[in-house]
This record gives sequence, structure tokens and C-alpha cells, in this order.
Amino acid sequence: MMTDAVPRPFPAITPQNEFFWTAGAEGKLRFQRCQACRTYLHPPSPVCPTCLGKDIAVEDVSGAATVAAYTVNHHMWHPAFEPPYVIAIVEIEEAPYVRLTTQIVNCPPEAVAIGMPVQVQFEQVGPAWLPVFAPRGI
Amino acid sequence: MEKFEDQVRITGVGISQVGRRLMRDPVELTIDACLAAIADAGLDRMDIDGLSSHPGPQTANGYSGAGVDAVEEILRVHPKWFNSGHEMPGHTGAVVAAAIAVAAGLCRHALVFRSTWETTAPVVARDPRYSVGHAPPGPAVASEMLSWRVPYGAYSAGNWIGMAATRHFHLYGTRREHLGAIAINARRNAALNPNAIYREPLTMDDYLGARMITTPFGLYDCDTPCDGAIAIVVSHRDAAKDTRRPNPLRLEAVGTQITERWSWDQGVLDHEVMLAGPAKSLWERTDLRPKDVDVAELYDGFTFNCLSWLEALGFCKRGEGGPFVEGGGRIARDGELPLNTHGGQLSGGRLQGFSFLHEACIQLWGEGGERQVPNNPQVACVSSGGGTPGGVMLLARD
Repeated sequence: MMTDAVPRPFPAITPQNEFFWTAGAEGKLRFQRCQACRTYLHPPSPVCPTCLGKDIAVEDVSGAATVAAYTVNHHMWHPAFEPPYVIAIVEIEEAPYVRLTTQIVNCPPEAVAIGMPVQVQFEQVGPAWLPVFAPRGI
Repeated sequence: MEKFEDQVRITGVGISQVGRRLMRDPVELTIDACLAAIADAGLDRMDIDGLSSHPGPQTANGYSGAGVDAVEEILRVHPKWFNSGHEMPGHTGAVVAAAIAVAAGLCRHALVFRSTWETTAPVVARDPRYSVGHAPPGPAVASEMLSWRVPYGAYSAGNWIGMAATRHFHLYGTRREHLGAIAINARRNAALNPNAIYREPLTMDDYLGARMITTPFGLYDCDTPCDGAIAIVVSHRDAAKDTRRPNPLRLEAVGTQITERWSWDQGVLDHEVMLAGPAKSLWERTDLRPKDVDVAELYDGFTFNCLSWLEALGFCKRGEGGPFVEGGGRIARDGELPLNTHGGQLSGGRLQGFSFLHEACIQLWGEGGERQVPNNPQVACVSSGGGTPGGVMLLARD
């Protein structure tokens, strides 16, 4: 699925997203949350789009999620990614309106399905710990 | 109440050579298209007093072949108004901006163009003699929107939109044969378009048997990059009489709204994103309805984008796009809604949304030659983008 022969691309770490991409070092998935109205914010934002509040903190979530959409990629876009592999959009259990585009790992591509429960795990790439998701309860 | 759209007319269109790896300077192609459009309108170049484009100056990856900067440096029209950018309602948002400027009196004849060199730029980037477009050494770092996707191998809009298509299949029973009907229709029309890239026949077996790119998209669900440029002239209604066009086209209405998250994954999950808003605002600005559209030129960066537009614009209900296009009869040139009569971007080449606009004008003017639709079209619907975001407009005979 992914080879180490060619360096994998990693996300640009910024002051805004650093908490997200490094939380995996502690095995945690974290999102911003508005402390006034409790809305989760993703991607990171300096202002809550629901209440326009600026009191925004970072909170851990459980890492449980559900597959909402996916595609099995068969084309080699970059030598670091050996096809086939599954790209998915997962909905976070605590706030299904928060989605991550991610990979589904430890699962044959043909077994991935919309509605499948998944759980976060992390892959370190450069300075980032990428949240990826595997079938839950296996 | 008069709309700004009522005050403008489309008076000319032009297209450059279109092809793959032409190895021509994209600025030259752009100038070719601009001069063709000016000549089509019967104007002199110094009649042009406005310039508008998408998405801005030339880029090393080929997405933009020329901006207003490069065109003005050659044409020297001394525009009284100009504009370009990426944050627009679709690629053809550049036309909306030009129409607003013309209606507001900032200029009388605005030249709107779009240029791309996506098949020559990579050749230049691989050539050791040159130093543009080369990837820097070391691991790639993905920024901004791509930082949430590329680290997962989700490089292509095909991956992002393929996920939506998978969900559409799951929710509504849509099948690959439905998307195939759109690809095959495009190829059938491209066969009659001398500017199209791929013109040989395409069967459903060819479609289904092609290599998979990213499910549910196979090779023929994806448009084809190319080099080329298109330009159109947007004139004030009162200035249209200065052109050679006895039949300038009306801009009946534009659709420009955003009603969803500006995002590939935080909002709508079963359509190409950011095309519901343009569709909604389009129909709010006209008394016409989908049944009044005689020819539809709808963005098909992927087959599913086109299906999304058919549903979003109300040509059929949400989720019913598959049965709507099934078999291809309804969307054929002699069907009830001729679709992408030039071959779309799927077979015609990825001219970044502007080929739909060009083709709508050609069809409304009855200049389609072999591919002219037989229903004497009076109203055309043109969409571009989605995701970028999208934009839509209705053009009509005066």
C-alpha cells in the first residue's frame, strides 16, 4: 500500500494545524472546539463559524469514526503510493459533521463499505503523524 | 426589474489550435484565440476596452497559459477595466465579472479568455535544459487544501470526486453504465468536432474494459488534459450594433451562489461540491425553467461532474441522473436534451470550462456544422467547475 523507498509527502505544518498533525505522537486525535457553543471546528479556524466566538481550545476525541465515502485508487500518482489503496472520507463519532479525508488500512479494498465503523491509528511521515483508520472491532 | 444580464450581448467567440503536447508557447495560443474572437465579432482590436480571465497569470504546471498581464503586454488595448482570479463562480465566472463591468459602464467590449497548456508544461518541466516546473529535491510538502489530501495519496480531483460518486452509487443505485452513457455521448459528438482530441468511436465495452483509475472512475470517466485557449467578446447591448453579428446572444441569467461548505469533504458528500448554489441562484434570476433549455453544455471534468450538474440544475431529480442518461438517447444530439455537443472535456480536451461556453454560442448561432443540433436551439445552459467552485449561465438568442 505504501512503500518507504520514496519519501512520502507530508503536510505543511503551520501554527494553525500543528496540534492536529502532532497529536498522534501521543496516540490522540484532536480537534479544535469552540468553548462557547461547543462546535467542533475542522479544518482549524481562528473564529467559530457557528457563534463567531474566539475562545477555541483543542480537545481529544475517541478516534472512532464511520466511513461516509471512499474510492479504491488504482493509479500510481506518486511512487510513494503503491496501488491499490483506499482513500476515504470518515465522519468523526463525536461530531459526524467533522470529516477527514484519510486512508483505510488493515483492510482489503473490497471489504471497505459505506457505514463501516473504523478506529484511528497513526503513521508518522516526516514531522506529521497522519491519522489513518482501520476497521473497528477486528 | 432589469437585470445586469439584460444589458450585455455575446458578440464573438474564438478558439486556438487545440491538441496534446503542442509544444507551442501558450501565450501565442491565447493571442490566437483572442484575435479569432475579436475577428468573429467583426471588431478591431482597439475596440476592446475590457479584459477578463480565469485563473490569473501563467503557471508552470500548465493550469494557466496566460493571464491578463501577458495578453495586455501583446494586444496593448489599454483596458478601461480588467480582472482575473481563481475565486470565482466557476471558470466562466470571468464572463460574469466582464458582464457586470460592461453593464456598469466600465467598458463596452470586454474580451474574456482562458488558456491552458497542461500537456506541454510537464514536458518542459522534465527537460533538463529548463529550470521551470522542476520538483524541489527531498520529500514533497503539501500545503493548504492539498495538505489534507496528498499525504494520503489523494492527489487527484478524481479521488475526491470519485468518493462522492461511490456514495451516489450507494444511495441511489447509480451504475458505471450510467456514467458510461455520458462518456460515450461525448465521444460520439467529438467525432464531429474537428477541434476535439479523441474522435474515434467508443463503445460501452471499451468504456467498461478500460483500466480503473479510482473507483468508480475508469480511464474514460476522466477528461483529457490538453493545450489550447478560448476567448469570447462580451459587448454592451448598445455597442453590439458595432459588431458584425446580426444575432448577438443574450445572457439570460447567471448562477453565482455558494450554499455549501467551501470544501471537498466537509459539506455535500454525494455530488460534486459547490454546484447546488449556482444552480439555485440561476433559476432565481430567470423565469425560464429546465424544460426551456434546448441544449446543455455541462462541465464534465469527470463523467460524474456532469451527472451532478444534471441533477443540481433540476433536469432530473437528485439521485435520478443515472436513469436520466441511461442508454444515451435523451442526451444525444437529436434527443430531448442534447448534452456536450462538442465532446465535452472528456473527449474534446480540458479547456478549463470555456469549451462549454464556446460550444453553446456555436450551437445557438447554428454554426455547429455536422454536429449542429436539429432542434433550432433558442436557449443553452452552460456550467463550469464545481469544487473550484462552480458557476452556471443561460444564454439565449435575442
